[in-house]
Amino acid sequence: MYFSHVLKSKKIALSLILGVFLTFCTCKTFAIQPEHAAETEQPAHGEHAAEGEHEEAFNPSEVILEHIADSHSIHLWGTTSIALPVVLYTDKGLEVFSSANFEHGHKDFGGKYYTYRLVKDKVAIVEGADSLLPAATLLSLNKKLIDISITRNVVSMWMSMLIIFIIFLSVSSAYKKRQGKAPKGLQSFIEPIIMFVRDDIARPNIGYKYERFMPLLLTVFFFIWVNNLIGLVPFFPGGANLTGNIAVTFVLSLITLLVVNLNGNKYYWKHIFAPDVPVWLYPIMWPVELVGIISKPFALMIRLFANITAGHIIVLSLISLIFVFKAASVAFVSVPFVVFMDVLELLVAALQAFIFTLLTALFIGTAIEEHHH
Amino acid sequence: MELVTPEIGLVFWTSVSFFILFIILAKFAWKPIMGAISERERSIEDALLKAEAAKDEMARLTNENDTLLKQARAERDLILKEAKTLKDQIIAEAKETAQKEGARQIELARIEINNQKTIAMADVRNQVATLSLEIAEKVLHKQFEDQSKQDALVAELLKEVKL
Repeated sequence: MYFSHVLKSKKIALSLILGVFLTFCTCKTFAIQPEHAAETEQPAHGEHAAEGEHEEAFNPSEVILEHIADSHSIHLWGTTSIALPVVLYTDKGLEVFSSANFEHGHKDFGGKYYTYRLVKDKVAIVEGADSLLPAATLLSLNKKLIDISITRNVVSMWMSMLIIFIIFLSVSSAYKKRQGKAPKGLQSFIEPIIMFVRDDIARPNIGYKYERFMPLLLTVFFFIWVNNLIGLVPFFPGGANLTGNIAVTFVLSLITLLVVNLNGNKYYWKHIFAPDVPVWLYPIMWPVELVGIISKPFALMIRLFANITAGHIIVLSLISLIFVFKAASVAFVSVPFVVFMDVLELLVAALQAFIFTLLTALFIGTAIEEHHH
Repeated sequence: MELVTPEIGLVFWTSVSFFILFIILAKFAWKPIMGAISERERSIEDALLKAEAAKDEMARLTNENDTLLKQARAERDLILKEAKTLKDQIIAEAKETAQKEGARQIELARIEINNQKTIAMADVRNQVATLSLEIAEKVLHKQFEDQSKQDALVAELLKEVKL
């Protein structure tokens, strides 16, 4: 009786499954290593061995990174994919061509001004036999090649924007049609969320001036949330990892940085440049405060990026296990875990949107706060 | 490192797209939605306040009605009382007047009666006198039909007269 009671507990049942899963994993890896060794030692033995030789060794980290990163094509199924336009801003002018020309990186493409090659799904200029000039990034700027292609993430972002437009413009028209009446349908689903952003995010953190910042907070909240959710869909309309891309979170946090500091009042700036410390400490305080200004949005950027990317990596790792072990039976264990992770990611999707908006509101609140002392 | 290197292309497109998203949503979604929500909240608050006010007004009116009713009742009682007093007074007055009038009438009647009686008595007296005189005349006439008797009487009268 006592034991059955223990087994009924959900937590214990879950940890038992995990335990069994983990022992299974270790057993499997031990079992696979000698097998692999045997295969490589004696090739050309039957179909199985031949297949192993043809296929490249499965490298989960490569696959995962490929899924996490941006791409110049949208993979649909098998070998079918949509080629996206490549837009390059070079020092000689603008170049636009289809990424199909690269044939997934197998071929160089001679454009108007340079010859381009796709290396790890990133465009680079072929300058000589083996010298490549990669496209500029924010960390390595060069004026010769700036890649502003319509990538998978850009397409995904535009689709999400379309969804957001459809949802909110229809909700907005519903408000116009049903003026002063109780909400109905989609409107009644959206309204509590808007009220939540207003009453639990904006008002407590910003104060009575919250109305000015509502459009920004709502846009940020729904943009992050919708894109987080689309990122969870593993096939075509989803598949991109937009909010798990540092460039996107960089822009979002940059907006927060700008809004906070452009709205900062005299108390905010006084606190930074003339804090209540002896004057000789100012040279120390200024850098510290400036780091403070930067680090707050920086933390926002990293938090959203890391949370979403981590979720994707875990899900992909669990799926990769099936291919690492080359055993369909692993699916019985890893698929439930993937489902569990996906459900968790649903929570994280909303949670991260909430946290990003909340902290933005908080930073705005501290910047426009009136001090009475 | 690749993972944490922001690509300029995506930074550019995200900035542009987010800006467009923000402008369109702010103008066509957030403004009407927030406006409608706060408008509705205000109207609900108004309605609640009005309901509260109406309740107060109702209570006040009921109170007032009660007071009015009480006042009216008191007034009615007062009026009734007054009317009764008045009625009694009127009746009493009427009675008194009637009595007085009756007494006066009786007095007048009595005076009249007395007058009439006096007149009648005077009349009767006159008639009795006339009658007595007639009777006396007739008696005398009869008595003195006989000459001798006349003489006798004269003689007797003459006797009485002493000169």
